[in-house]
Amino acid sequence: MIAPAAAYVALLVGLPVLMSLFLSVSDARVGSETISFAGLTNFKSALATPAFRVALRNSFLFTAASQALVVAGATLLALALREPFRGRGLLRLLVLLPWVAPISLGAIGWKWLLDSLYSVVTWVLVALSLVSASNPPMWLGEPRLAMLSVLLVHAWRTLPFATMILLAGLSAIPRDIPEAAAVDGSGFWRTHLTITLPMIRPILLVALLFGVVFTFTDMTAVYILTRGGPADATQVLPSLAFFTGILGGDLAQGAAISLFLFPLLLAAAVALLRLARRAEDAS
Amino acid sequence: MAIVETRALTKRFAGADPPAVAGVDLATREGEFLVLLGPSGSGKTTVLRMIAGLEEPTSGEIWIGGRRVDGLSPRERRIAMVFQSYALYPHLTVRQNIAFPLKAQGVPRADHGARIASAAGKFQLDRLLDRKPRELSGGERQRVALARALVREPQVFLFDEPLSNLDAKLRASAREELQRFQDEIRTTAIYVTHDQIEAMALGDRVAIMDRGRVRQIGTPAEVYDDPADTFVATFLGSPPMNLLERDGRIIGFRPEHVRAAGGGTAEESVVFGFRCELTEYLGSERLAFGELDGDWAGREVVWRMPSWQPAPEPGAQVAVAVARDRFRYFDAATGARTTPVSLG
Repeated sequence: MIAPAAAYVALLVGLPVLMSLFLSVSDARVGSETISFAGLTNFKSALATPAFRVALRNSFLFTAASQALVVAGATLLALALREPFRGRGLLRLLVLLPWVAPISLGAIGWKWLLDSLYSVVTWVLVALSLVSASNPPMWLGEPRLAMLSVLLVHAWRTLPFATMILLAGLSAIPRDIPEAAAVDGSGFWRTHLTITLPMIRPILLVALLFGVVFTFTDMTAVYILTRGGPADATQVLPSLAFFTGILGGDLAQGAAISLFLFPLLLAAAVALLRLARRAEDAS
Repeated sequence: MAIVETRALTKRFAGADPPAVAGVDLATREGEFLVLLGPSGSGKTTVLRMIAGLEEPTSGEIWIGGRRVDGLSPRERRIAMVFQSYALYPHLTVRQNIAFPLKAQGVPRADHGARIASAAGKFQLDRLLDRKPRELSGGERQRVALARALVREPQVFLFDEPLSNLDAKLRASAREELQRFQDEIRTTAIYVTHDQIEAMALGDRVAIMDRGRVRQIGTPAEVYDDPADTFVATFLGSPPMNLLERDGRIIGFRPEHVRAAGGGTAEESVVFGFRCELTEYLGSERLAFGELDGDWAGREVVWRMPSWQPAPEPGAQVAVAVARDRFRYFDAATGARTTPVSLG
């Protein structure tokens, strides 16, 4: 019964992973006809390039910062969207929109919002006299600002999914529990920090791990907004792998870069599965 | 200790036409155990939730201990509530569950230990303090919920059907537990249930609710013996009061007040012809279902007798008597109690 699913996973997931494993220890290049075994030279030479080290650092920064924002934001959003109020359904739909809309659409919207000449964000900040019109911030052109922009857009994009997971988790808490806390004399923060959030901790961790794995392997925001620039300042490992391996034609080096975090992510995936099982047992 | 009072308390849920609670005026006495009894949908839980502050009244006032509390948050009302599900915090131990109200109320940490020990001791929870709720039995969970309610010395206890999740056997002992609790604490308590046995056993007074209104409030004996209307008469008692309609009046009498005729005088009791249709043996008692004849032909009546008494055979015609002082009279149109009428 599970043979079709197994075949699907083997063909579309297993094979590419094996291929990239194979490529990462070869000297394959686009256009060259011979392939020979190169051992770990690809990994070594990757580590030796400054671009790789920047991308590695960025990957961690990008993931940690964006997911911290997402967890905090999604928790607050989920708590707010759980309360009954007029227009809740519409608001839930709007929150989900960044996730449902194609990322290219959203990111291009952001590209305009953060454009060097036509940025609406700059325009608003100028109108509020927070920045000077003669020297506006280059949202995607200055290394730090560019990293911040990419990070915020990625957080904006992954927020809805985490919100929905948390909302589902919160809905599973019987209404009695927060009510009992209220009668016991607990206010908003105490109820949520000591009762409801600990109760959904397994789900919160699943959402977090999911976000972390997804962010480590995703390059969309970087690719569309900055292409890794300025001067590799916003490069993350997946985008660097893409630029090196596909656009640069160095398949072997690209594969090595993309596989660099594989062991870490594998560990994260195992942790994710364990957590899911623990959550199942506890319920 | 405090008196809880509601004045014209009304709750209309959005989109629902008849209000869930329609102008309820209730006042507890100091230290009283007041039971709100009614079928599901009668509004009793909504009244309780409004008193707790978990539901906003559409109109009306709530007073606790001489202070108007509607508009105050639950935490400002200084009440404790035991929920139907007990609503224990599943990720906290018994000790932490009991400590939660103390922390939330900002009781100095130095006092926690003694107060937790005292509350836990009252309910024999001393050995369970480090367990999680899921490791407890239903009865133990109830005791934790009671201890958690008690620990902060509230002015009022509210109970929302706390026994309905227990099986029949456990329910009897849990009821006893509650009775001991009430005898000891003597704090005003409002208790919601749909179970009349619980209501009769626990209540100092019982308020019977139907469709958002209080039909009658009185001691268990008053509401059982002197129902204010036909709803109360038939809601209490199992099987309910026999109601016979004639000439715009309804006369009622309890099944246990029927007895075999003979031995009494006509001044004392009224005799009916009873044709038995079927009998049910219930162990300690027996029920005979049948029809009356003569002036009352066709009226269905239930007769309840001790099971040691000889039972009428199905199909048999028996003369039965009901003492005159056992009759209750109601208006057929409104269902309200009326003055006695002559039964001949």
